[in-house]
Amino acid sequence: MDYIIIVVSAIFINNILLAQFLGVCPFLGVSNKLSTSFGMTGAVMFVMTLATIVTYLINHYILAPYNIGFLQTISYILVIASLVQMVEIILKKVSPALFQALGVYLPLITTNCAILGVAILVIQKEYNLIESVVFAVSNAIGFGLALVLFAGIREHMDLAEVPAGIRGVPAALIVAGLLSLAFMGFTGIV
Amino acid sequence: MAKKESTFINMVATLFIVTLVASTALAYVYELTKEPIEAAKLAKKLQAIDAVVPEYDNQPVADMYKVGLSDGLDSLEFYPAIKGGEVIGTAVRSFTNTGYNGLVVLMVGILPDGTISDIQVVEHKETPGLGTKMESPKFKDQFMDIDPSQVVLKVKKDGGDIDAITAATISSRAFSEATQLAVDTYKKGGNK
Amino acid sequence: MSQWKNFAKGFVKENPVFVLLLGLCPALGVTSTAINGMAMGLATLFVLLMSNMVVSLIKNFIPEKVRIPSFIVVIATFVTVVDLVMAGYAPAVHEQLGLFIPLIVVNCIVLGRAEAFASRKSFMSSMIDGLGMGLGFTFALTLLGAVREILGSLSIFGFKFMEGDGILVFILPPGAFIALGYLIAIMNKFKKA
Repeated sequence: MDYIIIVVSAIFINNILLAQFLGVCPFLGVSNKLSTSFGMTGAVMFVMTLATIVTYLINHYILAPYNIGFLQTISYILVIASLVQMVEIILKKVSPALFQALGVYLPLITTNCAILGVAILVIQKEYNLIESVVFAVSNAIGFGLALVLFAGIREHMDLAEVPAGIRGVPAALIVAGLLSLAFMGFTGIV
Repeated sequence: MAKKESTFINMVATLFIVTLVASTALAYVYELTKEPIEAAKLAKKLQAIDAVVPEYDNQPVADMYKVGLSDGLDSLEFYPAIKGGEVIGTAVRSFTNTGYNGLVVLMVGILPDGTISDIQVVEHKETPGLGTKMESPKFKDQFMDIDPSQVVLKVKKDGGDIDAITAATISSRAFSEATQLAVDTYKKGGNK
Repeated sequence: MSQWKNFAKGFVKENPVFVLLLGLCPALGVTSTAINGMAMGLATLFVLLMSNMVVSLIKNFIPEKVRIPSFIVVIATFVTVVDLVMAGYAPAVHEQLGLFIPLIVVNCIVLGRAEAFASRKSFMSSMIDGLGMGLGFTFALTLLGAVREILGSLSIFGFKFMEGDGILVFILPPGAFIALGYLIAIMNKFKKA
């Protein structure tokens, strides 16, 4: 039962993007095309889940027992950076087209606050390993959901008549705000 | 000046040295800041305790004891306030996960006769302007100076005597629940 | 470019938040009050300044291929220093900023400047660039925080100037997005003028 709460909470109620503000940079950069959004979500889901598992184990078996928690930031970010390198290499071989489409955004997953954020959050929330994995996957889904919704809206906005003053990024942010407002309606369903 | 060549040895050595220097520097800073950090945590706890119990002359945090809850898994922290050898109040750190946005932590001050002296909200993530009104005297005063055995600490909607905050029933409910838990656990295991 | 231009560009022309659109996560996440925005900005300024300085000093000793990981370690070190110092000496602010302090390490501005600027320019230029960008970032966050605080809590820097609640949405997540959106639109106008 608890897992359902974690899943629903991560995807809708505390959406990593719209409620916690993590992952906003790639959000604005990648979300103008639906196709890249899907690709980005997949990459983020892979890195986020794997990173959460590895950092969890590092915290559990190395940092905590030896009381060197202050090395958390360094070790976590190094893990994430290496994982992203790995994903890049794999993608180049497996799907060069997607690799091209994601372009510069792929290495930017390293600096995606969402990934480091989730890794730190599972320690803060004192989840066990399984709960952490569930949390990571759910947050990636929540990220993807927000991303895809947003991309759909933006593709429409490109064709609409937006006042010159707010055209582009300002309009995108305002729409993100409205989306965030909509998601606030989910609070209270658990 | 030419940049260093990216031979395997160079790369590994560089990363190793950089990380080593970094870790050592951090270990040093960690040692330096350990005490201030502990002191800050202690001060925060004391602040909440001071707000809910009368003046004492002991060390409530040092004298802290735990009382187990009925589910056997968790326990509440009891901070006794002692003056002249007598317990003049106990600050109970109670909590509930049923807030609108999850965890709500309260510090409930209970006097030896079982009445509530004051309640401080220690931690919460409730909605600003709605759930946060639970910290206002208008809502909180319903819990003070009352005998918990006479007043049912539930919102009126649930058959209790507490007036919930308009449009913030869930936060009001959570607050009442955490307070009730403190009172019940005090009755069970508090040192009077 | 002159060192003055180097310094000033971080404020309007190349303001990290309003123009380069970097560091948006903390910009949205901790700006519910002006003080929080300013504290976050200053913490980031410290990291930016120190990493820029260190990177420009060691840049010739780092092999090409391990540049980014090395810079990351340097940045992460200063972030942890800020985290520890704030926890010990400014616990209230530390609690308010919470998760976003360690997240400074993934703030695109810091790694971006280290990679694009400090790894190529002199110590002096890197230091001034770090200072300018950091102050520009602080300026942006304080401004956003002030706007949200004034409209949402009817207070500024903790000083309440009107009774009651403001337009609450501004201290909630949607308000962050909306306020930033309008601020960027206004800044765009300023840039053109």
